[in-house]
Amino acid sequence: MSSLLSVKNMSINFDTPRGSLEAVRGVDIEIPAGMSVGVVGESGSGKTVMCRAAMGLLQGSNVKRSGTVVFDGHELTAMSKEEVRNLFGSGMAMIFQDPMTALNPVRRIGSQLSEGLRVRLGMSKADALARSKELLELVRIPNAEAVLKSFPYQLSGGMRQRVMIAIAIACNPKLLFADEPTTALDVTVQAQILQLLRELREDLKMSMVLVTHDLGVVAGNTDYVAVMYAGEIVEYAPTTKLFADMRMPYTEALLESIPKIDHKSGTRLAVIAGRLPDPTDRGAGCSFAPRCKYVQEKCHKEHPELKQDPDGHVYRCWFPIGVSL
Amino acid sequence: MAGSGTAHLRNTVDAVLTVRDLTVEFRVAKDKIVKAVSGLSFDVIRGETLAIVGESGCGKTTLARAVLQLPPPNSGEVVFEGTDLTLLPKENLRSARTSMQMIFQDPISSLDPRMTVHQLIDEPLEIWGRGTRAERDERINNLLNNVGLEPDLVLNRRSYEFSGGQCQRISIARALALDPRMLICDEPVSALDVSIQAQILNLLQDMKDRFGLTMIFISHDLAVVKAVSNRVIVMYLGKICEVAPPETLYTKPAHHYTRALLNSVPIADPTRQTRTELLQGEPPSPMNPPSGCRFRTRCAAATALCAEQEPQLQEVAPGQFVACHHPLA
Repeated sequence: MSSLLSVKNMSINFDTPRGSLEAVRGVDIEIPAGMSVGVVGESGSGKTVMCRAAMGLLQGSNVKRSGTVVFDGHELTAMSKEEVRNLFGSGMAMIFQDPMTALNPVRRIGSQLSEGLRVRLGMSKADALARSKELLELVRIPNAEAVLKSFPYQLSGGMRQRVMIAIAIACNPKLLFADEPTTALDVTVQAQILQLLRELREDLKMSMVLVTHDLGVVAGNTDYVAVMYAGEIVEYAPTTKLFADMRMPYTEALLESIPKIDHKSGTRLAVIAGRLPDPTDRGAGCSFAPRCKYVQEKCHKEHPELKQDPDGHVYRCWFPIGVSL
Repeated sequence: MAGSGTAHLRNTVDAVLTVRDLTVEFRVAKDKIVKAVSGLSFDVIRGETLAIVGESGCGKTTLARAVLQLPPPNSGEVVFEGTDLTLLPKENLRSARTSMQMIFQDPISSLDPRMTVHQLIDEPLEIWGRGTRAERDERINNLLNNVGLEPDLVLNRRSYEFSGGQCQRISIARALALDPRMLICDEPVSALDVSIQAQILNLLQDMKDRFGLTMIFISHDLAVVKAVSNRVIVMYLGKICEVAPPETLYTKPAHHYTRALLNSVPIADPTRQTRTELLQGEPPSPMNPPSGCRFRTRCAAATALCAEQEPQLQEVAPGQFVACHHPLA
């Protein structure tokens, strides 16, 4: 299976008044064509920065990037800003967490939706509007004609997220980055949007990177999962394998700490003590060591390298769960 | 849903809070009225955690605020420990509020960034003249220890120096300062990461046990609600759909809306993914709610009766009340 996107040894540092902040550290990830890959982790674990960097969206004098990103045969890291830009829309597209701030509040939906079609595909204004209407119907927006003439504030959060999805898929991208696409939505609307994404992915043969903090969302919507902690990928495996046979103590702790709907009422929740390490000072050992319940002396001193099981299950731990040393 | 009725009220002397026929409406334009909460009744018994769940805009927060008379409801009574708060003169209401404290969703914006932690927690104590300076300082230290913060390290810092989880701990310490008997938590953990969420939920549970608090817990997260509550109210468009103990509600929901909500919760297990019929569309506008049962426009089981007549809450199993003409068996 070929990979559509391949990220090798990516590190992203931000210069801050407090010193250099290592947001992403030595990340390797492959997105196989046609697959959906989940990226999970807590706030500040580097999920969003990794995705934005993979799309070449992080620029500025305070950003230091290293590593390579190859998308569909193009080495993005060696291309100019303009060349990378030309891949947006038909190559890669992104949907963001907050559909209110991602849409322009003073432009009508129709104009925002047809913009990509006119710029990228060279459609006439009339054709682009007609196609926009089809796209709104594709994302199951009732009364598409009226919505084209609406402003974002006139739509609910769920409707706005549907519009965002319509904009993202307008030019048939090969890869869709969905950054917490349902976090701002109600649970019933979240279920609708996730179902829509599953169907669109199948119809359009699109790959997807789904960034979320919710392991429940990952479980039902991805083929592979990467777990991030403190800027690193600490575990990567097929979704079913990750849940059935996890190696990283962090993944286990994360799963244990979520309240589950089939747990007995009134039971105490397992907690992960402490919090994420300071991103300007990662320390020498394993980043998760101060919070890990299986921690040993070695964990504080030496940074674990990525290890790989014969079946491709990747993890970063000195004392992985279920492996006898 | 969404119906009315009082069958689920327990009319016991143990009720700390009894709300009857509460209605809150907001005039948003000359002839536009948002019917946020419509004729809603419930009671909370001492030591109980009552959870209120529902989608955004169903009136959960408005309901909680109306209990505290922030703002006062348009009609209905709110009886707290035998006193109807809606009839109290302003000054008595102020002192009554000291026994009911609220914890808000966004822990960072609910703390004044210009005040130190010491000032934040001292403020209610000072306003109500609780003890001397030395006694208050000792009280503040105890409160911080209770919520798991080290007083020496935090007292002179301000809210922006803390993470969301720590700010929520400070909010809890402040809410407990006046020895309240009831705590109203409005989405206390929805702004927090999962690993921090569990810490705060456990802390709230500990505080409740230690200080014998009664709690109203508002959330849109059904799994969180299950973990903390003794009784759950499911709301839709300003009305009650179902009231039940969590074990019953989650295993045998009687209302179509409750079942739909439960079905939309993502399950963190790839081997147990069921693709059930999803609830279509979004809730109608509270400015112009449907006649009869307010849920009927999205309900697969709706009949002509549902449009004509508003269902009343009725008991379908011990402790389980549902407002539906065609409850699930």
